[in-house]
Amino acid sequence: MRRLDFAHYLAKKYMRTEMLPHAFCPGCGIGIIQRAVLMAFEELGEEEWNRTVFVSGIGCSGWTPTYFRRDAIHALHGRALPLATGIKLARPDLNVVVFMGDGDSMAIGGNHLIHAARRNIGITSIVVNNMIYSLTGGQLAPTTPMYSYTNTSPYGNIEPNFDLIELMKASGATYLARWTTWHFIQLKNSVKKAIKHKGFSVIEVISQCPTYTGRYILRKPDPRDYMQWMKDNSVLFDVAKKMDKKELEGKIVVGEFLDRDDRPEFSELYWSLIKKKEVEA
Amino acid sequence: MSGKGERKLVIGYDALTDAAIMAGCRFFAGYPITPATEIAEEMARKLPKVGGIFIQMEDEMASLMAAIGASLSGLKAMTATSGPGFSLMQEAIGFAAITETPVVIVDAQRVGPSTGMVTMPAQGDVIQARFGSHGDYSIIAIAPSSVQDIFEHTVMAFNYSELYRTPVILLLDEILVHLREPAVIPDKMEVVERMKPSVPPEEFIPYGGEIQREMPSVGDGYNLLIESVLHDEIGRRIGTDSIKGSRMIKRLWNKIEGNVEKIAKEEFFMMDDADIAIVAYGSPFRSAIKAAKIARSMGIRVGVVKLITLWPFHDSMIRRVSEQVKAFVVPEMNMGKMAREVKRAAGEKRVISVPKLGGSLHTPEDILSAVKEVA
Repeated sequence: MRRLDFAHYLAKKYMRTEMLPHAFCPGCGIGIIQRAVLMAFEELGEEEWNRTVFVSGIGCSGWTPTYFRRDAIHALHGRALPLATGIKLARPDLNVVVFMGDGDSMAIGGNHLIHAARRNIGITSIVVNNMIYSLTGGQLAPTTPMYSYTNTSPYGNIEPNFDLIELMKASGATYLARWTTWHFIQLKNSVKKAIKHKGFSVIEVISQCPTYTGRYILRKPDPRDYMQWMKDNSVLFDVAKKMDKKELEGKIVVGEFLDRDDRPEFSELYWSLIKKKEVEA
Repeated sequence: MSGKGERKLVIGYDALTDAAIMAGCRFFAGYPITPATEIAEEMARKLPKVGGIFIQMEDEMASLMAAIGASLSGLKAMTATSGPGFSLMQEAIGFAAITETPVVIVDAQRVGPSTGMVTMPAQGDVIQARFGSHGDYSIIAIAPSSVQDIFEHTVMAFNYSELYRTPVILLLDEILVHLREPAVIPDKMEVVERMKPSVPPEEFIPYGGEIQREMPSVGDGYNLLIESVLHDEIGRRIGTDSIKGSRMIKRLWNKIEGNVEKIAKEEFFMMDDADIAIVAYGSPFRSAIKAAKIARSMGIRVGVVKLITLWPFHDSMIRRVSEQVKAFVVPEMNMGKMAREVKRAAGEKRVISVPKLGGSLHTPEDILSAVKEVA
C-alpha cells in the first residue's frame, strides 16, 4: 500500500472521520503521535484495540484521543491519571492509555503522576512534551529550557526544568522510553511495548510546536527545520552513557530507559486482595 | 421505601457506609480529613468483603476523579470529605455534572473558612454545594438529620444520582457523623440500578432527551466520547456555536430544576394549625422540634418544616406554607444561608434567620427566643 493510502486506511479504520479536519496547527507533532499509536494498534490487533480506553487531560495533547473511534475521556487539566486510576481499578482487563502534555503531567498534575508511578498501576502514559504551554499561547512550562523566552518569561526563564525519565524512575514506574516525533518507528514500537507492559509505563515524546516553541525558543518556525533539529540533537541512551555532562548539554537523550517486571502491578494486587477478603467474608 | 429491619444502636458513619453498600456502592476513593475520616476507614474495611474497591488517593481532587472514573466504568462510586477537601473537589464536581456521571459526594461539614475549627460542626457549605463549581449546572443535595435519616438518605442519594445522572451531595455535619443513636436499619431498600443501552452503538445518543437514563460503561463497545468541553448530544465539542451551547447548558440545568417537584423532599411536623414555621435541616432540626414543643406548651402555634433535600430548592413548597403562616424561623449553623432561599420564596412574610456559629448547636431556647419574637 502506498504511504498515503495507508494513512487513509488507518484514519478510516480508527478515527472519528466526521470530526476531521482536526484542530491542530499545521506542522504540529501530535498528528505523528496519533499515527504512531494507531499503527501500534494496527500491529497489536483488533483484540487489543477493542479493550482499550483513552483518557486525556487539558492542553493540545488532551485533544489527541478525542479523534479516535474508541472510548475517549477528555478530562480535567492535570487530572487524567486519577480518572484513569478509577477506570483501571474498576476494569483491570482494559488497556488504559493516557495522553498528557508536559504542563498537564508535570506541573498541575505532577502529584498524580508520581503517585501513579509509585503504585505501579497498569496505565500507559504518553506525555507529549513540546517544552511550552501551547493551547494558551506560549507560556513557561516545567520543561522549558533555561534562559529561553516565553510569554511568561519575557526576560528569560531562570527555572531549571524537569527530567521526566529520572522523575519517573525514582517514583517507581516500570517502563520508560523517550523519543522525538522524528523517531516514528521507535515510538510506535515503544507504544506497542508499553500497552503490553503490566505496570505503569511512561513514554515521553518530544514533539514539535512550530507555532510557539518553534518561534519563541528554537527560532525554527518551519516544522521541517524543527524536526531536523530534533534529529540532529538526539543522542541514543547507550551512546549518552559514554558522554560527559558538557557534551550532553542541549542534547535530547532518547531510547528505552527502563523495562522491569519486578514490581507488582497495583490493580492485579488489589483484585487478588478482594478475592481473598470475599472468601473470608 | 424501606423494608423491615432491626432496631439497634448505630453510629452515623456506620449507617452511612452500610447504606452505601446496600445501595450498590462498590468503589470508594478518599483522602483522610476530620471529621469524614471514619467514613473512609469503614469503606476500606467493608468494601473488599463485598467485592468492592477502596483506594486512598493522594488528594481530594484525585479522589473524586477516581470515583468518576469508576462510575464511568460501571461501578456505583462515592467519596467523602469535609470543608477544605470539598473546596478542592469543586472542579471535579463540575466535570461530573457536564459528563452526567452518577457519583455521591459526602461532605461532613466542619467550621470554616479555611482549616477553621477542625472537630466542630457547621452548615457553612450549603451554598457551595449548590454553586461551588464554575458555570451553570444544577445539582441535588440532601441533608439528613438523624442516624435513621443517614441510612435512608444515603440510599436516596445513590438512587437520585442514577435517576438523574448527576453528582449528588450528601451534606452531613460533624455531629451526625459521630452521633450514636437507635435506628431501624432496614434489611432491604429500593435501589435504582444503572440502565444499559437498549439500542446498538450506532443508534445510541449518549446525551439525548431530557435525561438519558441509559448509560453504557467504557469498554462496552459504545465508543463513547466523554467530554469536559461543552458538547452536543453525541459528545462532540460544540466549539463556538452559542445556540447549541445554550441548549446544552439549559439541558443540564433543567434535568434537575425542571424536576424539582419529583426530587424535593421534606417532612412537616405540627404544621396543620401552625402560624409560625421553623424551617430546619441537619442537626438543628433536632433542636427545632424541641423548641416547637416548648412553644406549643406556651400556647404558640409553631410547626416545623424539615428540609430533606436542600437542592434543588423547593420554592413552591415554601410559597404554599407562606400562605398559612405569618413568619418563618430558620435556625442554621451558618450566617443564614438557606434563610436567603426561604426569604426569596416566602414573599412578604417575615423570615428570621437564627445563626449559630463557632461549632455549637442551637439550644431549643435559641430557637424559642426567635419564635417569641414573631409570635
